Amino acid sequence: MRITQGTFSYLPDFTDDEIKAQAQYCLVNGWAISVEYTDDPHPRNVYWEMWGLPIFDLTDPDAVMREINACRATFPEHYIKLNGYDRTKGRQTTMLSFIVNRPKHEPGFYLERTEERDRQIKYTIRSYSKSKPQDRVTTQD
Amino acid sequence: MAGTNISGKKKNRWAAGVTPYAEMGYYNADYQPKDTDILCAFRLVPHDSVEPIEAAAAVAGESSTATWTVVWTDRLTPYEHYQAKCYRVDPVPGTNQYIAYIAYDIDLFEEGSIANLTSSIIGNVFGFKALKSLRLEDMRIPPHYTKTFQGPPHGIVMEREYLNKFGRPLLGATIKPKLGLSARNYGRVVYEALRGGLDFSKDDENINSQPFMRWRDRFLFCMEAVNRAMAVTGEIKGHYLNVTAGTMEEMYERADFARELGSVIIMIDLTVGYTAIQSMAKWARRNGVILHLHRAGHGTYTRQKTHGVNFRVIAKWMRLAGVDHIHAGTVVGKLEGDPNAVRGYYDTLRENKVAVNPSLGLYFEQDWGSMPGVMPVASGGIHAGQMHQLLHYLGDDCVLQFGGGTIGHPDGVAQGATANRVAVEAIIQARNDGRDYLNEGPEILEGAARWSPELRKALEVWKDVTYNFESTDVPDAVATLTV
Repeated sequence: MRITQGTFSYLPDFTDDEIKAQAQYCLVNGWAISVEYTDDPHPRNVYWEMWGLPIFDLTDPDAVMREINACRATFPEHYIKLNGYDRTKGRQTTMLSFIVNRPKHEPGFYLERTEERDRQIKYTIRSYSKSKPQDRVTTQD
Repeated sequence: MAGTNISGKKKNRWAAGVTPYAEMGYYNADYQPKDTDILCAFRLVPHDSVEPIEAAAAVAGESSTATWTVVWTDRLTPYEHYQAKCYRVDPVPGTNQYIAYIAYDIDLFEEGSIANLTSSIIGNVFGFKALKSLRLEDMRIPPHYTKTFQGPPHGIVMEREYLNKFGRPLLGATIKPKLGLSARNYGRVVYEALRGGLDFSKDDENINSQPFMRWRDRFLFCMEAVNRAMAVTGEIKGHYLNVTAGTMEEMYERADFARELGSVIIMIDLTVGYTAIQSMAKWARRNGVILHLHRAGHGTYTRQKTHGVNFRVIAKWMRLAGVDHIHAGTVVGKLEGDPNAVRGYYDTLRENKVAVNPSLGLYFEQDWGSMPGVMPVASGGIHAGQMHQLLHYLGDDCVLQFGGGTIGHPDGVAQGATANRVAVEAIIQARNDGRDYLNEGPEILEGAARWSPELRKALEVWKDVTYNFESTDVPDAVATLTV
């Protein structure tokens, strides 16, 4: 499966030049850039690990690529994303966030159903990447 | 300042009988509105026998303290304080219309009640015989009053952080056919639309709990679809479960059930009424569920230029009442919406401070005092081939809803969803890259269609669909323009 979180997951994976162009857009807007990585892309995993602090006061998008490439070298089989953050009043939030690295094999998620009374079902989504090997009965590729 | 003096002898203010409203203090050209006043701009056409200033004063009178005759009991009050004052009357060039500006003291209104605000301001005056027609065009609501309302349960920023979706408009689809599907079939369309790439799917305004599909069954099948789509995409997904019902008790029951099932969002229709909307806004804040409002019925009073209430006023009331989403026009789709007027609605819903701008139909400055913004929803006759125009006119912070434009895709619902998602991401990438995406839009979409068969098919099917009708409601300051 292909996880489709992020601003550009339905486009073919970006080249480094395409990533740099988006980083440049963030810098032009005065947004701080950060790089984050994880091996657990659960849809509600908000806090991916930070690859250092957000980069404030940056002017050169090449520096962003250097950070992304260093993160890729350390975690080639992790998900890595680039975020642009706007501190201005009323926003104070992420403005752009897209995946720049994926594992070669994306194991996906298992949807666990617990049947309750009156036809209700409680749903739990589990990341295969975090499950024990014997749990990986099916994959969704 | 235009208008005509009231002719004839003035009688004593307190003499019994009928006195012109303008002479009773409801017109005062020297009045300087206070920062705390609520200001209204009314478009009125006086009856042939009534002077414009008297007509405007009558509106001020009947929407505040006055009745048709002098009452001595006014003298038991500091009536000057409670009287609304018309302070300006401008003719609209080339028409028989006038814009009357009226100031209302904040003491006239109960804190945090749209019902009270509207019972005063539009409660009694629209049937007034002295007027041929009346329309409330805009209101300035001071922060002193906005701060008495809860406002959106979450707002645009919180919604995006909750859903983990940034940098592009959100995408949705209303399930079609809007009536007649069984709950199980309905859930199938939800699943396909969400797994294909949409963020949301939606009940239509008239999907409540009919014999062909009862609400509880629909909720169960839709949540199966939502959760399944989340598992196959790794994204948070939602379906607007419409909890509109005949009583508040039933609405709460349905909303509680939606929350128990884990839905991130519920929806209500404008037809439920202002007080019910405010109650659901509180419920949504308390329970952490996003609240979507479908503006069902608004066209009956927002569309005609000389009657009713302009939608920008409804938008302000709904931001105060507290909804997270509201349908606000598409510009390019099948429903009424002049580009400038729609821009005015979107600014009103999203921005913190909105300046006077006659070309957008904005008569007053509006300061929201940090009240979170409402996500405008564009829905009705839009498709992937218009993505560059949609982004240009509507911006990033909105929900683009492609109902037919998803479900009508010849290869399937999921393929229709994918076409829309590919289109929006391609246009966003181009925009961020600094390309002239509005003019190069067709070329950018063609480029993406070379590797996306879903988008290619969508562009082929809908390439020539446009709705070129003149708008009925265009700001006075701009010439009619349709897209």
